[in-house]
Amino acid sequence: MNGNGTKRHTMIAWMEDKPGVLNRVASLFRRRNFNIESLAVGHSETPGISRMTFVVNGTDRVMRQVQTQLFKLIEVTRVEDVSGQDAISRELALIRVKADSETRSEVMQIVDIFRARIVHVDMDSVIIQVVGKENQVDSLIQLLSNFGILEMTRTGRVAMVRGAGVAVDTAVSANGNQ
Amino acid sequence: MSEIKTGGQIIWESLMNEGVEVVFGLPGGAILPTYDDLAKYEYPIHHVLVTHEQGASHMADGYARATGRVGVCIATSGPGATNLITGLATAYMDSVPIMAFTGQVPTSLLGRDGFQEADVQGISLPVTKHNYLITDIRDLPAAIKEAFYIARTGRPGPVLIDVAKDVQQDSMPFTYPETINLPGYNPNLNAPDPAAVSRAARLINEAERPLIISGQGVSIAHAEAELRQLAEKTNIPVATSLLGIGTFPGNHALSISWGGMHGEAYTNFAIQECDVMLAVGARLDDRLTGAFETFAPKAKIIHIDIDPAEMGKNITIDTPVVGDALLALRAMLPQVEPNEHPAWLEQIAEWKSETGHRDILTQETDELVAPYIMRSLWHATDEGDATIVTDVGQHQMWEAQYYYHTKTRSLLTSGGLGTMGYGLPAAIGAQMGKPDEEVWVVAGDGGFQMTMVELSTIMQERLPIKIAIINNGFLGMVRQWQDVFYNKRHAGTPLFNPDFVKLAEAYGIHGRAVTSQAEAYEAIKEAQAHDGPFLLDFQVEEFTNVYPMVAPGKSNADMIRRPAPAMPQGGEE
Repeated sequence: MNGNGTKRHTMIAWMEDKPGVLNRVASLFRRRNFNIESLAVGHSETPGISRMTFVVNGTDRVMRQVQTQLFKLIEVTRVEDVSGQDAISRELALIRVKADSETRSEVMQIVDIFRARIVHVDMDSVIIQVVGKENQVDSLIQLLSNFGILEMTRTGRVAMVRGAGVAVDTAVSANGNQ
Repeated sequence: MSEIKTGGQIIWESLMNEGVEVVFGLPGGAILPTYDDLAKYEYPIHHVLVTHEQGASHMADGYARATGRVGVCIATSGPGATNLITGLATAYMDSVPIMAFTGQVPTSLLGRDGFQEADVQGISLPVTKHNYLITDIRDLPAAIKEAFYIARTGRPGPVLIDVAKDVQQDSMPFTYPETINLPGYNPNLNAPDPAAVSRAARLINEAERPLIISGQGVSIAHAEAELRQLAEKTNIPVATSLLGIGTFPGNHALSISWGGMHGEAYTNFAIQECDVMLAVGARLDDRLTGAFETFAPKAKIIHIDIDPAEMGKNITIDTPVVGDALLALRAMLPQVEPNEHPAWLEQIAEWKSETGHRDILTQETDELVAPYIMRSLWHATDEGDATIVTDVGQHQMWEAQYYYHTKTRSLLTSGGLGTMGYGLPAAIGAQMGKPDEEVWVVAGDGGFQMTMVELSTIMQERLPIKIAIINNGFLGMVRQWQDVFYNKRHAGTPLFNPDFVKLAEAYGIHGRAVTSQAEAYEAIKEAQAHDGPFLLDFQVEEFTNVYPMVAPGKSNADMIRRPAPAMPQGGEE
């Protein structure tokens, strides 16, 4: 819980993979004044259906609005708030860090501790790939910043609920759609 | 066996399949192939040529609101399409089913800033329920089928199809699709949750001071009769939203007018004092509620709406009932018990009587004021037997206050977007949809001038529309806000007007200026008796303002009232 009754929520939305659908989602977030912290989108297990994970900050009223307004988009087939559920969430980051013959081994130790990987080595830098929870990625980045981060890209959070499926009562599905 | 058809032919044949009889539009380069196919088909659908594309989208809107059918407009690419946008936004805010077809530059030019190219899909995205850009003729038939379905089902709204010019010229074997494949769109046609309905009925049965707010959703769902049955069975007074006017007869004993910023004082008192509110198909916007947190503070609120996103959007709801208003009311009817509420109804009657004493019509004045004109119009139209299409501003509020609407869909007005210029073109659409109806435009002198170019469309189509301009020489409602909130500094609100009667004459339309109360009723009768369109220029008292008035962000209980008769003029304001 943040100040003024707002919370960070992780939501998953499934949508038809059609041109412009990302534009519709982005336009909705903007005009409804939803506060999106991260957004990751890619293919789902179903051909033709994309899966979007996004993190949004707001009150319960805003969360309900995010779900119901998003679901009104014609191409959106399902929206789910997984925050209260037992979900696995991960983020991937690629980080290029300064590392020469003097510092490389220290960098490699840190990479080991975080179960990250060095995926490319140059004379004066390495590229590190890390997959983990956001706070783990944050910690790694903080440590690596001591060596000098030259370049970085993060995917934003993706999430999946443990167990057989999703709790139906939190999903806005094709019933009650407008 | 499917015949080979061009894209343009596919558009017209699809419209015929959807039962479309009239389209409103204006041609241009990128939509020419489609217009050419209309000529080749020998005009199976009547095309109303408009003067400006904004008129086309408002006409489609007026047609849709008056008839309940989907209104269709058509325009070329670039400026033609952008001119439609105000009408699309108007229809989107008020949940009106319209279809817009726009031409787009050929696919070979798309994205290259071609002549009259605009990103119409992008521009229209936030003001349509859905939209399409068609760059392959094979996608066209399904898109049209889907678009009509989306526009008229669930919570209705505008849908736009942008068709590249070469797609209109291309051809393919065509049969109009019979099925729709929209996995993400299943409008809620089922009855609402029975548990929610029972909870709602229980609340109503236990209420001591119940109130119904009837919104436009009641007419969209064709639930007027059920709403009336429920009100009469339980003896619950019915207020409407602005767009809900006409969903419950304005002269019914249980009618308590409409509430909100310029609602009658007794209506707002009832809203603020009720202990259970049943809101049906009304989205509870800020003009109705005043400051959200102050709205109906003593009430448990039941909200019936087909759009789940409306539940709790503005107002905290005790019992949400998501679903079609007709099905919800039908389910509720057998569960509500007959009731009397004598003390509550008596309290409302007292408020109403007190409100009546302050009514501008009970004051001694010889001035020509809009409330008098609106009441005269009501009498002259057999007490409500007409469709009134207003523009936006003071006259709109006076119309809503002083014309008792007894028929559903008899007031067409831009409520959500508040679009000045809506009235005249929307009236043309309404008259096209209901040729035998008496249709009146009530417009201010400001808004009328925004779209008065459509007077030529009235003559072109030989429509007998009657026009009442409430002419006070100001952008009146803006002036009113300056009077109340900006220390009477009238920046940009005094108008330099043409002679409206001469203007009408230039179009071949008869007209008459009216300057006194004494001649108002007779002038209305003259307009009615005239065979054809007629314009009345009511030159009203300049500085009359609309009361009551709830300042934005204030509670409905906190109204600027009309002065009580015992007080000196303006004493309370």
